[in-house]
Amino acid sequence: MGRMSDNRKIHRDLEPEVTEKLRHQTAELSQCVESGDYAGAMTLINELSEVRDQSLYREVGRLTRTLHEAISNFQIDPRSPEQKEVLSLMTDASDRLAYVVQMTGQAANRTMDLVEESMPIASSVRGEATALRDEWQRLRRREMQPAEFRDLYGRIDAFFLSLTKDTDTIYNNLSEILLAQDFQDLTGQVIQRVTALVKEVEEQMLSLVVMASHVDQLTGTVHQIENQDVSAEQGVGPQVNAEEREDVVSGQNDVDDLLSSLGF
Amino acid sequence: MKILIVDDFSTMRRIIKNLLRDLGFTNTDEADDGNTALPMLRSGKYDFLVTDWNMPGMSGFDLLKTVRADENLKTLPVLMVTAEAKRDQIVAAAQAGVNGYVVKPFTAAVLKEKIEKIFERIQ
Repeated sequence: MGRMSDNRKIHRDLEPEVTEKLRHQTAELSQCVESGDYAGAMTLINELSEVRDQSLYREVGRLTRTLHEAISNFQIDPRSPEQKEVLSLMTDASDRLAYVVQMTGQAANRTMDLVEESMPIASSVRGEATALRDEWQRLRRREMQPAEFRDLYGRIDAFFLSLTKDTDTIYNNLSEILLAQDFQDLTGQVIQRVTALVKEVEEQMLSLVVMASHVDQLTGTVHQIENQDVSAEQGVGPQVNAEEREDVVSGQNDVDDLLSSLGF
Repeated sequence: MKILIVDDFSTMRRIIKNLLRDLGFTNTDEADDGNTALPMLRSGKYDFLVTDWNMPGMSGFDLLKTVRADENLKTLPVLMVTAEAKRDQIVAAAQAGVNGYVVKPFTAAVLKEKIEKIFERIQ
């Protein structure tokens, strides 16, 4: 719906003085033609096209100025010495997003390293605890020989020792996993800045479109804009606002319902 | 049981690999798109394919269609694990012969359930 109101804004009327002149001169023109004053009619036609040309030049002038302003706002004017030092904001934006990809990738890998290191420790602790419990039950049922008991005695001792070491490792790994989440703060800030830039670019683009539409109106240009139908076959990525959309599933339950409705 | 995991993001491949290992599937290989996956599938005697949809090069959907059209691979069970969530896409994947569809973000329990369901149907 937002796009429709934008379109209406773009198709603004010609300036009142121009429309007034147009109305006045067409009336005069038809009088001239009716009374057979063809020389007068030609003069009027020339005047009319002059009005059109004048307005056209004015609009092209405005368009150029706005375009220039838009370009300076993006800081990609290489003629300005200060701006030469500042990297183009647009290049900067892609660098920033590349940084986000890098940071999130690093954090994910660091987290998975620590998880992969901790999981075998947890399962070996569990394994030894289960084995010792079985032995312990045998001892309680007085099924154990003295030699076996001496063996169990040593094993329990070793288990307590390794338990402290292993749980320390797991605890430290968990606390490092916690720290690995600090990327969210940094990437969040970067994404917010890029979002602000995109918004600004969007606004500048819109004002350029408005300007250009005035030129189109004066020259009588109508653009044939083809509706590009984007194929979903290559994949379109994650859906944002899935809950608000009818054509998108909002989770695995929706997927399962859809597939079972197809006889899966 | 030999499984090929296809996803363009190494972190996602690693997550799936870890989850599969927890389910007892330790024999896994990885590919980063359909183009690298296909020659592996054709020469590697895989029993199961887990693939993403949206990848540069050959997409998972094209990979699925190519697998189904290949005389030697057409019965290979395929599980799609993807962020693609349009109803049309899920219907298209089903029509192309996918055996299961898991939408990201997913849980270990969902992945386990879908894999078990696929193997149940095969056996």
